[in-house]
Amino acid sequence: MEMKSGSNLEKVLTAGHFAFTGELGPPRGTDAGEVRKKAAHLKGMVDAVNITDNQTAVVRMSSWAASIIILQEGLEPNYQMVCRDRNRLAMQSDILGAYAHGIRNMLCLSGDHQKFGDHPQAKGVFDIDSMQLIGMVKCMRDEGKFLGGTEIGHPPKIFIGAAANPFADPFEWRVHRLAKKIKAGVDFIQTQCIYNMDKFREWIKQSNDMGLTEKVFILAGVTPMKSVGMAKYMKNNVPGMDVPDELIKRLQGVDKKMQADEGIKIACEQIEEFKELKGVAGVHLMAIEWEHKVPEIAERAKMLPRPVV
Amino acid sequence: MIVAKRKPFNEIKSLLKDYKKVLNVGCGTCVAVCLAGGEKEVAVLNAELDMARKLEDNPVEMGAITVERQCDREYLEALDSLVNGYDALLSMACGAGIQFLAERYPEKPVLPAVDTTFIGVNQGVGWYEERCRSCSSCVLGLTGGICPVTMCAKGLYNGPCGGTNKGNCEIDKNQPCAWYMIYERLKAQNRLDCILEITPPSDWQNQIPRTVIQPGYKKPEKV
Repeated sequence: MEMKSGSNLEKVLTAGHFAFTGELGPPRGTDAGEVRKKAAHLKGMVDAVNITDNQTAVVRMSSWAASIIILQEGLEPNYQMVCRDRNRLAMQSDILGAYAHGIRNMLCLSGDHQKFGDHPQAKGVFDIDSMQLIGMVKCMRDEGKFLGGTEIGHPPKIFIGAAANPFADPFEWRVHRLAKKIKAGVDFIQTQCIYNMDKFREWIKQSNDMGLTEKVFILAGVTPMKSVGMAKYMKNNVPGMDVPDELIKRLQGVDKKMQADEGIKIACEQIEEFKELKGVAGVHLMAIEWEHKVPEIAERAKMLPRPVV
Repeated sequence: MIVAKRKPFNEIKSLLKDYKKVLNVGCGTCVAVCLAGGEKEVAVLNAELDMARKLEDNPVEMGAITVERQCDREYLEALDSLVNGYDALLSMACGAGIQFLAERYPEKPVLPAVDTTFIGVNQGVGWYEERCRSCSSCVLGLTGGICPVTMCAKGLYNGPCGGTNKGNCEIDKNQPCAWYMIYERLKAQNRLDCILEITPPSDWQNQIPRTVIQPGYKKPEKV
């Protein structure tokens, strides 16, 4: 079967394996060692690693640069790109450069508003939006053309990802937004962190009913809670996040020292369910600043060994 | 209308510090309606400047005139006989009016007394809200009469993003999400098909100074 990009993630998903991706936030400085250290925890545990792009609008080492470092470490990056910081010229040139260095997966995002970050005075670019970014990368790959219409020498063959938030309002529109991203050309979706399982089941059912899950690989987003405090923060302060009270109660029900363990236990239960849930092709584990816990989570969630394809 | 707000007084005072005789030119259209730069605001500002400069022992003579529109040549004519008597002109018009004034009197320093803020609506006396970024390619026909370029903090053409927060924008829980409103309005009108299609990237026609010549008209060879 002919591959769109030939990335490991694409091969794993296409072969029908239940995919497992991780996440790594680049440092707020120039120390490549920090990236390598985080990468070491993830090696062999996941099929690809998302490298975030100035997440929460805070300046960090560029996503493509950190992606290259993890490539050198023998991991496969999923290069995240947001629309907030670059116009179409910069985006396309970064995609060419990233591909030239061996990057094969991309996640196309709008990006958190600059107001949240460490430079709230910055001008948000948003020259194109995430939907249009997906279309642009697809055009570069499949038609070998830049958005402006001219031909690309050796077009970048990228496996195209995007995000979906099944929980943000208006809920009824979310599945249609997914359909639009598929129409734009997305190959895989990584969802927002899932805590409200009922709502997620409903969203995935709608996606199944509309035939969308046959056209795109959906990776369910999982972030284990480290504490009651984190759960409350996520519930009250992170836009678009849906944290049910029952989950907070469950964490409150265990000894403080055991809350992180309970969080991992909940995450593993979720992963077990996702493995059986029709329409879910894998899990995207966002262990935020908890990369060293990934081997334990992978083990406990019975995600090891990772398939070699 | 174009909405402006007066600059901080000290900034205006600082701009005028080297001049002894200044003509304050108000504008009788948009900035008068939004209570920033009409006849009344000219009088108030002049009185404040007069007093402040007296206190600093550096008096200034402030002249006052408010024209119908500073962005219209025919109304600027009234100033031709006045400007020579002044060291500088202070304009309370929008950025367009100020520039047109400066263009007409290139030898005179022309200084702004307001910050031009947006194209907006009058929600109540003294209360204005932005509605348009003059992008030159209006999509309101598809978006239920709600502008995503202006009203969405990310200017998304294919929203809503994942940050929608109970109908509000991720940047502020008091700021309604434009795409949530677009969805609700189109749903009520049974027109959701309008936003099922992907809107392609904008041509961003507002990146260079624009000129409009209406059909049937042409630019005169000499003005």
